[in-house]
Amino acid sequence: MKYFVGLLLGMIVGVAIFGAAIYWNPFVGRSSVSPLALSTDMVELTFSEVPEKSIAWIDNGDSAWPPHPQKVQELWEPAIADTVILVTRLNDSRGQPAGFGIKFSTGAESARLMNGEVLVNSVWHVWLSGQGGLFIEQTENEWPWLRDVVIPARWSTSNHWRGTWFGILTVGPGALGSGRVTAGSGRFSGAEGEAVEARRASAYSATSGPAAVDGSLTVVLSDPNAADEDVPQ
Amino acid sequence: MFKTFSTGIILGLIAAGAAVHFVPLYDLHRETSIVTVRPNGGNAELFQIHLPADRILAGGRNLPDPVPDRLAWPEPLDSSAMELFKIRNANDRVVGIASRIQGAVPQTPEVVEWMLHLPARGSMYIAMANDSGVEGNRTGSLQKGTREFAGKHGTMRETFVPSGSDDSSTGRIELLAFVVANAVDEAEEVVQ
Repeated sequence: MKYFVGLLLGMIVGVAIFGAAIYWNPFVGRSSVSPLALSTDMVELTFSEVPEKSIAWIDNGDSAWPPHPQKVQELWEPAIADTVILVTRLNDSRGQPAGFGIKFSTGAESARLMNGEVLVNSVWHVWLSGQGGLFIEQTENEWPWLRDVVIPARWSTSNHWRGTWFGILTVGPGALGSGRVTAGSGRFSGAEGEAVEARRASAYSATSGPAAVDGSLTVVLSDPNAADEDVPQ
Repeated sequence: MFKTFSTGIILGLIAAGAAVHFVPLYDLHRETSIVTVRPNGGNAELFQIHLPADRILAGGRNLPDPVPDRLAWPEPLDSSAMELFKIRNANDRVVGIASRIQGAVPQTPEVVEWMLHLPARGSMYIAMANDSGVEGNRTGSLQKGTREFAGKHGTMRETFVPSGSDDSSTGRIELLAFVVANAVDEAEEVVQ
């Protein structure tokens, strides 16, 4: 019996060591420098990631905090149960309303916790008032956010995390770790480019969700007419 | 006793490693894709939206009946309207979600944009002119696809089929997507 107990205790310690190694893996960092940092002519859009401050925040109903607004349909069907919807007002770099964005995020089957990757495939449908629509596809890595903010909030006796956190969420599919942008209609029609989403947080609650969390989308678009202009007349 | 404890630690490490490696974080549910192959080698796939049951959200500055009724739409935004839907396959099973934006941009006719998101397969982004044809259809082109739809081009036709009652808000929206691989991709496949 004592050997069984010893083996069991050893296994528990082994699992704990493995968990600690994953959590404090020194080879998994947090990116805080945007691959588009040196780009010119970028568009910066900011938004709130606090459900109550968004136009809508919808999931399958299993999370600790309720969807917003109340009475909105939840995504309970099996095919969409791993998807979260955020509809939010987008502000420009001066804080003035620029339009709105719809974000669909679904956990990626390619996620590998061993590599410090909790990957999420997300797409944005952005409408800029009077200018037109954009489509942004990206892969995000949520692990640094979970490790630095969400898990400490759960461990905290007050169920809260407070501090200063900033991270670049976008890790692909672009070669430099940026997302891809396609303009559909309006002023940008035909243009393509890159985008990066970042998150800045100062308060998070394990019971009621993000309390002071803002996101930003940095978009760099190529001029669709540039190629034509380069052609000698 | 110490040997047993050490063996337990190693077994625990192996078990945890195996679990993290082999148990997926996300195991997405897949519905059967009901696709018709067309003579040009492309695919045709029908998606449908039952109204009002599949409308998740409807918002806009001038929208008389937002969904849900407590939806607060930001005042400063322009007169564009936005809707979110659950989308179903031809067998009426929910396979994804979609956003539809109808808006005006200067010097061009009003446009309609769709973004279809099928979690286990990928996304499609379609832009179309708002003016419906003689048969009441709108047709637009696939601007971009991701994952299963990446590198494809095609069109999508939007048709509203009323339920037959006097209420024009009930019925279903049919989205018929025609998608084909790019000519370059097809040529590469032939070479291979």
